Amino acid sequence: MTETAPVPTASPSSLRLIATLAGIAIMSGLLVALAAEFTREPILKNRREALEKAVFTVLPEATARKNFLLNESGLAPLGDDAISEANCYAGYNESGELVGVAIEASARGYQDVVKILYGYNPHTNCILGFTVLQSSETPGLGDRVETDPDFLANFACLEATLNEAGTDLKNQIVTVKNGTKKHPWQIDAISGATVTSTAIGTALQKSTTKLLPLIHKVEPEFAQ
Amino acid sequence: MQPDSLTFIFLNAFVINNFVLAMFLGLCPFLGVSGKIKTAANMGLAVVFVMLVSSSSAYGINLLLAKFNLEFLRLICYIAVIASAVQLVEMAIKKFSPALFRALGIFLPLITTNCAILGLALFQTNREYNFPQSLAFSVGAGAGFTLALVLMAGLREKLELADVPDVVTSAALALTLGGLLSLAFMGFAGLGG
Amino acid sequence: MKDPRIPDPLSWSVFTQGIWRDNPVFVMLLGLCPLLAVTNTAMNALAMGLATTFVLVCSGTLVSLLQRVIPKQVRIAAYIIIIATFVTIVDYAIQAISLDLHKALGAFIQLIVVNCVILGRAEAYASKNPVVNAIVNAFGMGVGFTLALLSLGIVREIIGSGSLFGIDLFGAQFQPWAVFVLPPGGFFVLAFWLFVFSLMRKRKETRAKQEEVARAA
Repeated sequence: MTETAPVPTASPSSLRLIATLAGIAIMSGLLVALAAEFTREPILKNRREALEKAVFTVLPEATARKNFLLNESGLAPLGDDAISEANCYAGYNESGELVGVAIEASARGYQDVVKILYGYNPHTNCILGFTVLQSSETPGLGDRVETDPDFLANFACLEATLNEAGTDLKNQIVTVKNGTKKHPWQIDAISGATVTSTAIGTALQKSTTKLLPLIHKVEPEFAQ
Repeated sequence: MQPDSLTFIFLNAFVINNFVLAMFLGLCPFLGVSGKIKTAANMGLAVVFVMLVSSSSAYGINLLLAKFNLEFLRLICYIAVIASAVQLVEMAIKKFSPALFRALGIFLPLITTNCAILGLALFQTNREYNFPQSLAFSVGAGAGFTLALVLMAGLREKLELADVPDVVTSAALALTLGGLLSLAFMGFAGLGG
Repeated sequence: MKDPRIPDPLSWSVFTQGIWRDNPVFVMLLGLCPLLAVTNTAMNALAMGLATTFVLVCSGTLVSLLQRVIPKQVRIAAYIIIIATFVTIVDYAIQAISLDLHKALGAFIQLIVVNCVILGRAEAYASKNPVVNAIVNAFGMGVGFTLALLSLGIVREIIGSGSLFGIDLFGAQFQPWAVFVLPPGGFFVLAFWLFVFSLMRKRKETRAKQEEVARAA
């Protein structure tokens, strides 16, 4: 059978190549922009709800929340939508009194960074509790910091009183070996999960040293 | 060691959270190119280079996109940059070492679809590393990738002399080896304080 | 010789091809990165499978629709842009549906774009067949991939956490084998499944050979 010589197809011009790619790129840009717009509200709502839940977990007596930005220059109240920009959340009970302040902290754990949100009551100088925002610790070992009742008992009132001058904590928060806790500012580690327990302690220590003096300075501004 | 120090970032990507053995990135070349130590080492080198180029470009692109609020185009831009970087490396290798080019074969252009490169760009963006940190991260990741590949190649070269039952396919065997290596690397967790 | 320009007729096998005969994971060993990374629980495995199926079907549709428009020289670049578009869309969709799921799947949602299965399907099938065929085939591949993900996710979650889809199965006294939800476990379970399938295949071959010998005798 004789084969007819293949007719050489003209190679498309560079203009055609670029035009097609550009056309596809524009179309995909439009599609993605549409999707981003469409999902913007639900995503913000999800983030707000997740943070709400976390704040109310660490400040159990609170019924209302306000966002704030806290730094050296002072306390700046933020709108209800600015939940990602805020680094400090104040919780109020039904009578409008401040029950505590929720702050983010983080430290390196066993695998990766552990991010927590902890609640602090400036009237009683107690850290009331914490919830883990992000962690990739070993399941069954490191992640027991979230559920172990003995570990959580550390936070019935973890002492975080300021020193006389109000510039730092009187006693730094520190994690100690399981069973050796003697003072209310120490955290009794979970035996077998010391690294993760220490991470929680380090996160709290770093954050309290830096932010608690500031919080006490601006405390009246939290009032509704 | 500080968690955001360059040494820690390097160590983390190198052994603690090794890209292949802990993060599961770059498995196709891990299973496909790890037959011989020399090929594995060369593939690793090519990947390190592509990673460095992609990492720097990704950093730059991210800055640009953030400035114009076009973050949703990030993925598309990263992929475009990676494809170009691979094309560059391919041309360079072809010119300077045709033998290596032949040895790597199809796996060189496949670096484009290598999850490790895109994963590198995505992780460094998520963790918001600055430029020196990104460089340390990419060198660590590339070195870790090369390490995993070379170790695997060494093991497989030795295995070729062993009497393995027919029913165990080479892929199943390679994966079991990978699992054992991954298990061993878990010992690095907690390194650096 | 069959004119390659005439596409395959639409048949049941166009769909089932991706599930058993050409299963993207167990036969072609593609898409391994997400497979091992997100199968530590059955829920994550299912979510990843659905997300990948969505991208497969949408990109396959678009590639097939545009097959006469995209010049051969730039087709890979075009396919990748199309795939990246749908991956970005699915990323936003998951964030809108469940932030927890998005956190669990992490960067691996965006890594769907380098999943060799999708690019391979676009190149090998969607660009050469009519839209309906492409959609059915992509859907079949997606189902095959999801089944593979689930087969790993279910095993790893049951052994490694003692639960299935979050529902505790064995009660408090069960000591979970934690290594199975960690990276090495992923490798081992996949190796196990490959071994099982290889065993099944060898048995089928021996039986076929025995029947041949019996017939020749």
